[in-house]
Amino acid sequence: MAAHPGSNGSKAKAAKLRVFRGTAAGGDFQNYEVETYPGMVVLDAIHDIQAKQSPDLAVRWNCKAGRCGSCSAEVNGKPRLMCMTRMSAYPEGEPITVTPMRAFPIIKDLVTDVSWNFEMAKKIPPFKPRPRDADGNWRMQQIDIDRIQEFRKCIECFLCQNVCHVVRDHQKKEVFSGPRFLIHLATLDMHPLDTLDRREMVKRDFGVGFCNITKCCTEVCPEHITITDNGIIPLKERIADDHYDPVRWLLRKVAGKPRAHKVPAQPTEAGKTADISGRHRVDGGNGKGELER
Amino acid sequence: MPSAQSQSTSSDGSARYETHEHDVIIIGAGGAGLRAAIEASALGLDVGLICKSLLGKAHTVMAEGGVAAALGNVEPKDNWKVHFRDTMKGGRYLNQWRMAQLHAMEAPDRVNELEEWGALFDRTADGRILQRNFGGHKYPRLAHVGDRTGLEMIRTLQQHGIHTGMKVYMECTVTRLLTTPGSGGGSGAPGASGQEEGDAVAGAFGYWRESGRFVLFRAKAVVLATGGIGRAFQINSNSWECTGDGQALAYLAGAELMDMEFMQFHPTGMVWPPSVRGTLITEGVRGEGGTLRNKDQKRIMFDYIHPLYANETAPTEEEADRWLALSTSGKMDKNVRRTPDLLPRDIVARAIHAEVKAGRGSPHGGVFLDIATRRTAADIKRKLPAMYHQFKELGDVDITKEPMEVGPTAHYTMGGIRVDPETQQTRVRGLFAAGECAAGMHGANRLGGNSLSDLLVFGRIAGLHAGRHAKERSGLPSLDLGQIEDAAREALAPFERSSGPNPFALHEELKDAMQTYVGIIRTEEDLSEGLRRLEALRERAGTIRIDGNRHYNAGWHETIDMRNLLIVSEAMARAAVLRKESRGAHARDDFPDTDKEHFAKVNIVSRKHGDTMEVREVPLPPIPGEIKQVLEEE
Ligand SMILES: Cc1cc2nc3c(=O)[nH]c(=O)nc-3n(C[C@H](O)[C@H](O)[C@H](O)COP(=O)(O)OP(=O)(O)OC[C@H]3O[C@@H](n4cnc5c(N)ncnc54)[C@H](O)[C@@H]3O)c2cc1C
Ligand code: SF4
Ligand code: SF4
Ligand code: FES
Repeated sequence: MAAHPGSNGSKAKAAKLRVFRGTAAGGDFQNYEVETYPGMVVLDAIHDIQAKQSPDLAVRWNCKAGRCGSCSAEVNGKPRLMCMTRMSAYPEGEPITVTPMRAFPIIKDLVTDVSWNFEMAKKIPPFKPRPRDADGNWRMQQIDIDRIQEFRKCIECFLCQNVCHVVRDHQKKEVFSGPRFLIHLATLDMHPLDTLDRREMVKRDFGVGFCNITKCCTEVCPEHITITDNGIIPLKERIADDHYDPVRWLLRKVAGKPRAHKVPAQPTEAGKTADISGRHRVDGGNGKGELER
Repeated sequence: MPSAQSQSTSSDGSARYETHEHDVIIIGAGGAGLRAAIEASALGLDVGLICKSLLGKAHTVMAEGGVAAALGNVEPKDNWKVHFRDTMKGGRYLNQWRMAQLHAMEAPDRVNELEEWGALFDRTADGRILQRNFGGHKYPRLAHVGDRTGLEMIRTLQQHGIHTGMKVYMECTVTRLLTTPGSGGGSGAPGASGQEEGDAVAGAFGYWRESGRFVLFRAKAVVLATGGIGRAFQINSNSWECTGDGQALAYLAGAELMDMEFMQFHPTGMVWPPSVRGTLITEGVRGEGGTLRNKDQKRIMFDYIHPLYANETAPTEEEADRWLALSTSGKMDKNVRRTPDLLPRDIVARAIHAEVKAGRGSPHGGVFLDIATRRTAADIKRKLPAMYHQFKELGDVDITKEPMEVGPTAHYTMGGIRVDPETQQTRVRGLFAAGECAAGMHGANRLGGNSLSDLLVFGRIAGLHAGRHAKERSGLPSLDLGQIEDAAREALAPFERSSGPNPFALHEELKDAMQTYVGIIRTEEDLSEGLRRLEALRERAGTIRIDGNRHYNAGWHETIDMRNLLIVSEAMARAAVLRKESRGAHARDDFPDTDKEHFAKVNIVSRKHGDTMEVREVPLPPIPGEIKQVLEEE
């Protein structure tokens, strides 16, 4: 076998892992031991187990560089990207426990069914820009987009969704979009070019009112997006004031320069949204994108 | 038109397997696939988009530095002709000129269109899209968002795409294309590249990663947009998905592969710690002023200026630094030339390789990349935030204070599926390819930023022509039950064996063989040894045994990927043997010179012939006079 990345002469140490193995029907922890090497992250350990001990261990990952947001799980009970979590951050000799995200149904081992997030994304009416400037450009000052560029760093790891108590309360999943999509709505609301007024929807369909600013989402965000302070609270405030003063809202929205009028958003046209299947389908192509749960 | 799940009871397999019918299916949801799907949907067609991971996670999400387009926002002198010249020169003139031309002409529209769909690029002082310097681009040309441009691009396309009516099949892997023999009707024009007519595509066979259940797709046209093959190498910057699936699927279905000898090694991958070896450091670091130094703190690139670039490259540190100051403030002076740190990637990668070999490398076998002494800490954190975090969290290095250690990492494949430059159609009628899995646009070496623009330009063209092809056909092509049963048998075989090797171990051996024998510097002897090892691996891969069931089984998925990796690796090694010269990303120790006579005029093409891979030379398409003129202007 080829040289393992760790076999660079240094003495190998062993680490213990307790990994959840099972499906929606039930499961249990399994103990593993792996050799560690410099810089090793939890995802490396899981891959090592896959390669040498349990080839059918299920884990989701893509980039191993903290950029795709696929490898979300809970490490010792804390929501983490496994590829950005160093083994050396945990006390030597004590087992590291790796479990799937709690808020989503388990598919197998560390893989959960996150399709609810994709359903939620579809419900948000898309960006609708005002016309271009005369020369075909759209001028925006960097300072006016700094904040929304922060939100657009989101890698859709759904760790914030996983910790939010409103999302965990499954009853509310129908009427609350979770922090990830509240910051997406905030992005659209603050986008200097967008012309659609989604305020009613933010309250009615995406449940901004359910958020009671615990800031758990901000704490776990691997992109360090200040979800609550910069996104959700301003969104709440805008909706509250603007309820009384729409002119003020419009002025603020376009950074002091009134431009096009916002038009109220309609629920997205039926049949125009994508039908996203992450699991084998049972809907027989009815175009509604019902997912098996 | 709503997509239909077939109720047919015919003998074509749709009765036996879950079947979906579309006008067009797109395999791959990276930048190219999403752009193709958006275009085909815009024609009013029923589109299915299939990807093997979740939507929005494709490898494109990792792209950092930017997307190249001659917008002329920072340097008004920039235009498509300059971009075209840079691209051809970077590709050492092996590019399909027509693709390079279309790319340079259409990239600005494609980038502007992203803004229309909600993308937020960094801005110039007057509020337009900001552009940064990159290797081989004469002017600041890369539209970007800090160092997370790919994320911005994929999220924009995703958010736009899900409102166009397309149907997305996530975590669904295609293992075979299905074809109809002979002339299946339609207007599959033989390409301008002179490819003759072959079979027609009829659909695809695959499995759901979650359940392991098989699924059948029927379509009038298919677009492959499956990305690259970086996972064939030990040290690489790629996501797990980059296993050459599209190239292998196309090859097995009768299409041709081209330019496979050209594998780009990006000069700056992380070299330490081992866990992140190969992880990319964007060229944007050098675009923002970063310099490469050896262990004696000497700036290395002044010793490696390629003759092709001598006229436009600063020979001294003083001039190089003046150029940087001017170009970042938007005031260019044509008498001040570019820093050699921004020479094209093949040149920089070989320079680093040579420094390390000569014993002047850094402690962990790379060289130093220094931005800390070049820009303020605040600038670095603002312009390169992801790099800052990547090193802080994974490498224990603060790049605002210390240099990074970097070395070459397998990054991008210029080669891929041979397509018609106008339509992106392959030799198989109705089968199109775009993005990194297609060949022709980049020749012997790709310039940074030219891939994201390639995805947009050719994703759109492939979607458009696949859509037109589908519109011209009345019904779905018929399926051949034999092909379907073979595909199912092939996929299930590893469960039926009583013993056999472990797929993960075999993959390690493959990466090791490719890294050692088909790597950054090649010789006939090494390549032959590489081919011997690949042959032995292929035999053993045919005996892999998988335990457990089909439910989200990583070992099984790996086994299926191995077949694809072995095909593309073999194509790469065989093409590398045939090209007896050094050019662009292909460097032969036994033929160190560039051959202006013979190899300057041919592309190397491989194709399945029975059970063997046939490799041959094909002449480059002639360049028309007016385009030659554009190339000669300066
Ligand atoms: C770290 C990094 C940084 C980069 N930075 C830049 C940059 O700054 N600028 C630039 O221009 N280029 C950059 N590149 C290169 C560029 O990102 C890639 O070339 C490009 O993203 C490839 O896009 P694609 O659409 O062709 O394929 P990908 O994005 O690789 O997408 C492939 C898709 O195909 C699917 N797929 C694959 N096989 C199958 C199958 N069998 N069945 C079903 N689906 C399948 C995958 O799930 C995925 O959705 C960078 C590359 C890396 C690694
Ligand atoms: S701050 Fe709001 S959105 Fe965030 S976790 Fe708490 S309740 Fe949920
Ligand atoms: S906001 Fe942060 S935690 Fe939430 S999905 Fe995006 S990146 Fe993850
Ligand atoms: S694997 Fe992409 S974020 Fe961890």
